[in-house]
Amino acid sequence: MAWNDKRPMSPHLQVYKLPLTAYVSIGNRVAGVINSFALFMLVLVIASAAGTPTDSSTILWLLNSWLGMLALFVFTFTLYFHMCNGIRHLFWDVGVGFELEMADKTAKVSIAVAGVLTLITWIIASAS
Amino acid sequence: MSNLRTPLSQVKGHGSAKEGTSHFWVQRLTAVGMVPLVLWLCFSVASLPGMSQLEIRTWLSGPFTAVLMILLLLTGLFHAKLGLQVVIEDYVGNHGIRTASIIALTLGCALLAVLGVFSIMSIAFAA
Repeated sequence: MAWNDKRPMSPHLQVYKLPLTAYVSIGNRVAGVINSFALFMLVLVIASAAGTPTDSSTILWLLNSWLGMLALFVFTFTLYFHMCNGIRHLFWDVGVGFELEMADKTAKVSIAVAGVLTLITWIIASAS
Repeated sequence: MSNLRTPLSQVKGHGSAKEGTSHFWVQRLTAVGMVPLVLWLCFSVASLPGMSQLEIRTWLSGPFTAVLMILLLLTGLFHAKLGLQVVIEDYVGNHGIRTASIIALTLGCALLAVLGVFSIMSIAFAA
């Protein structure tokens, strides 16, 4: 059915400029879905390692390929991002940090902390 | 407005199942548990000399690593199950597909949990 109402529609995703908090909100959900996938992959890697060398070759080869490294890099960031945002949500759960200014600030902080933790992790990884 | 219950609810007379906040609460509980476990996982994997089968097995065969990894898998899969369930409930409109997806998700997470725990134990006990 076509939309016949000519009156302006309120916040529409395609024309409304979303604030940072909105992007972080949907980003947190997307990161959660990616993290679930990462966790599923982790189980498969562990199960492969538990098998005979022939069982494990494909998944472990994939893990050590450039694609596997890229996936690990993305997973590192999404895990830290979801973790930082989760802590932000836990504060909200007890009623702290709901003010617009504070929510905007903690959104920026969680992105920044996730980025820094990702960098530190990969510096350690390249050193070891 | 002395009684807020619907006529249907009054006829059925079941009252509240007292489980309304269970999903919310377990989601938060597992979230708190995942904070130290995720930090441990990321820094431990980053510190590994490599990710060959032998190196992964050697790492997982230590008692602390094995126990923390089992905790991480169980807590994480429970958290993922609850989170993905909400995503399905939000975006899948068709009732049948939604129910089937949630059943598949629950069984899939249970399968992965058992697969993960069994694999870690077999590595640890073989060492």
